[in-house]
Amino acid sequence: MAQGIRAYFGHITDVVTTFWEGLSVTLSYMLRRPITVQYPDRVEKRVADTLPPRYRGILEVDTAVCTGCMACERACPIGVIKISTDKDPGNPKQRVITQFDIDVGKCMFCGLCVEPCPTGAIAHTREFEATRKHVDSLVFRWVPDPAKPVPFYRPVKGQDAPRAPVGEILRRCLAAASWIERPSFLPEERKP
Amino acid sequence: MRITLGLDSTSLSRRYPRLAILATLFMAFGLPLGLYVAALAVFPLNTPERLDAMAEQWLGYDLAGSPYRYIVYTAFLLLVAFIAVNYTAVFGGVSTWVERRVAGRMQSRIGPNRPGAAGFLSWVADAVKMILKEDTIPAEADHLLFRAAPYFSMVGLLLPFVVLPFGEATVVTDMNVGVFYVAAASAFVVVGILVSGWASNSKWALFGGIRGAAQVMSYEIPAGIAMMVPVLMAGTLSMQGIVRAQGGWPWQWFVFQNPAAFVAFFIAVTASLAEGNRTPFDLPEAESELVAGYHAEYSGFRLAIFLMVEWANMWIMAGLAVTLFLGGWQVPGYGAEDYARLLGTGLLPAPGWFGLQLLSMLMFVVKTWALVFVFIWLRWTLPRVRVDQMMSLCWKYLVPGAFLCFVVTLVWQLLVPPAGVAFTGYALTALALFVLAKFAVATRRNISKVAGHRVDLGNW
Repeated sequence: MAQGIRAYFGHITDVVTTFWEGLSVTLSYMLRRPITVQYPDRVEKRVADTLPPRYRGILEVDTAVCTGCMACERACPIGVIKISTDKDPGNPKQRVITQFDIDVGKCMFCGLCVEPCPTGAIAHTREFEATRKHVDSLVFRWVPDPAKPVPFYRPVKGQDAPRAPVGEILRRCLAAASWIERPSFLPEERKP
Repeated sequence: MRITLGLDSTSLSRRYPRLAILATLFMAFGLPLGLYVAALAVFPLNTPERLDAMAEQWLGYDLAGSPYRYIVYTAFLLLVAFIAVNYTAVFGGVSTWVERRVAGRMQSRIGPNRPGAAGFLSWVADAVKMILKEDTIPAEADHLLFRAAPYFSMVGLLLPFVVLPFGEATVVTDMNVGVFYVAAASAFVVVGILVSGWASNSKWALFGGIRGAAQVMSYEIPAGIAMMVPVLMAGTLSMQGIVRAQGGWPWQWFVFQNPAAFVAFFIAVTASLAEGNRTPFDLPEAESELVAGYHAEYSGFRLAIFLMVEWANMWIMAGLAVTLFLGGWQVPGYGAEDYARLLGTGLLPAPGWFGLQLLSMLMFVVKTWALVFVFIWLRWTLPRVRVDQMMSLCWKYLVPGAFLCFVVTLVWQLLVPPAGVAFTGYALTALALFVLAKFAVATRRNISKVAGHRVDLGNW
């Protein structure tokens, strides 16, 4: 009997103490800052800039330091990269890149192309937003015009290649045109 | 080419940020304020004698002797009902937004924040979406009862508004059996729940309906006995009479005037939570077990009615508790003689009277919203109780507790002199303030316990 009475009033005390604990915890969370990041339009910093430095986002090529060795094309397990080279008609000793296409729609961001690159010309950026209306538009042409090919870069011994900071070229290209308008470095959209 | 409908709320509010803020302010403050002012203008006139006198004086028309007088009276009553129904709908909508935002922050989320400023218009968007949806009735359902069920719930929600006092003069009618009437009329909601559960011809809905019936019928008892405590203290069943027996200052509220009333307040609030099917007593619609319980088969506008009843019921529950225990519309520092003095003897009262009336409505609204916040806060703190726990809480704890409060109040009213009541008022108010301060400190400590966490109300 006495035990039953103790249990009865023990339940009431339990209710009061646990309510006290629980309500103060939930109220304290109401007064804290929600951890939600309001992507995409209400962020203090671009989300791409907050990602870790080794994030494997969209590939970027700095053609100014590309040696045209095609190591990346060979390394790619699924044939995302397509490079064509030619002789410079004006200077037969100089070879040029006439085509450097990366199909971001197919890319699986494995990073195997980045590893063999002797100059760091091809690199992963932290950019990840490249929505296009058509999947074909995701083929990024790093040599936009075959008529204006880019000469091979010759590495200088004991000197690092003057690679542009990773991400800057791509960001400029992406910012130049929103996804509604077509960026200049993209191929023409396939007619349905 | 990008095709937009132009009704995309995000793009609209981004294109015209001022428009969004204006629309939000209108919906958040203009609409309720307009309804309050309309209520204040219409509710006090709502007696045949006043209407007769006004028609006599302004129009020179003898309404009392006219054969059309009942049409006029009915039109006036419909106007009153229109205001009350609209207020219910607006409150139901706004409280869903408040609930979702509060719930969001309590769970380290944000909640709906896109349509309108701070996402306030999301309740309008929800309502429009619900109304545009197809109203499906299951083939095997009992069509007549299925269609009728929402009306029962709706009626149960709207009837208590007849006696719920929003202000000194802002009440539709002051029945001399007000408390009894509210207890009886609000039980209509469970008829809707039971009927919808039966008519849906679905196991989940039926379980929900039967749980709802068991729950509401059990909790009517502690709720009724706990509500008797302020009735005993005021000596009247009239809602206005109970409010008039209290005062504006906290130590003049019934909840602090007697220790039994203090306990009865918590019993009444718990029991009304259970009657309104709010968490932790939302067994009739327990999502994890019963999909959506009694309204599992409903869609479109009928579902909207059920949800509106659920949320707007919070206003009834909180308003009732405020009226009975927390001093209702009483403004600190103003007594009955101030209202009488400002009212004057003319046909229309002085502007000062209207100011005081608005102030008294403000008191009621602020207290009620505070209690509504507590209900929301409880919902996002407590898990749902089991059916057996729900029953044992009612029959083993609340019913004996309410009876004890009832008896103690009887003895208290007989034996304790007015000085003792006043002293209890001060003592219990001080105790409540002390407990609140302790609670604030405990909450503050919870935040500072985690490294890097601090009070921050940003990230809306």
